[in-house]
Amino acid sequence: MIGLGHYLVVSMALFSLGIMGVLTRKNAVNVLMGIELILNSANINLVAFSRFSSGNLNGQIFAIFVIVIAAAEAAVALAIVLSMYRLIKTVNLDQADKLKG
Amino acid sequence: MDMNILSVVIFYFFAALTIVSAGIVVFARSLIYSAFGLLFTFFGVAGLYVYLGADFLAATQMMIYVGGILILLLFGVMLTHKLYDLNLKSETFQFIPALLIALSVFVTLAGVAIRTTWHNHAQRLPNPTTAEIGQLFMRDYILPFEVASVLLLVALIGAAMLVRRKPQ
Repeated sequence: MIGLGHYLVVSMALFSLGIMGVLTRKNAVNVLMGIELILNSANINLVAFSRFSSGNLNGQIFAIFVIVIAAAEAAVALAIVLSMYRLIKTVNLDQADKLKG
Repeated sequence: MDMNILSVVIFYFFAALTIVSAGIVVFARSLIYSAFGLLFTFFGVAGLYVYLGADFLAATQMMIYVGGILILLLFGVMLTHKLYDLNLKSETFQFIPALLIALSVFVTLAGVAIRTTWHNHAQRLPNPTTAEIGQLFMRDYILPFEVASVLLLVALIGAAMLVRRKPQ
């Protein structure tokens, strides 16, 4: 039977892949995709604990708040990426070094 | 017995869909492949939500992530590249250290998750959950609900301000 541990392992794998994406990608949009993976893994955790451990819906409520924050974050981050593209004509994070002395 | 095996197979299908397409997001060379991998990751996670009895959350996931955030990311890809540049390669760097960090994070977290004996009630959640979630939002979580809505409004206005072209 599928228990809490199965969901937790899926969520941990998603989290590690998200960290991998955030750390390795040069393209800023691709880094954002990694962040979305991390947020999704947190959501799986919340919903799984809500189902198996608490027996009420508070975990799902928190997951909905996480989705709201993810939407706000994606909008603001893409606005920043577009401004960066206008300023330095690239979205590669290793070339965004204007603040380096 | 038969139903049990079927439900286990469905769980592993959604778990594999989620993780394999997340792998495509992370390791694909092309940005468009990454975006489509992200689409199937969101599908897989929505399937896991259905499997966990979170029907409202699965529908929300499909509408907001697939219908909103993924489209927004695709716009981000398209607006930051020349349109004739069809290959849209995304380079990677510091691959080996990142692989080590991600693997050690995974091994640590999964080890903790498997070894811990979680306090397990396995009570039945209300089904369907939508009415109960609405009650909770309007009763116990009314303040966070309002704060989140104001935050969303502020963030979207801020995003529009950030990308607006300055009048010459």
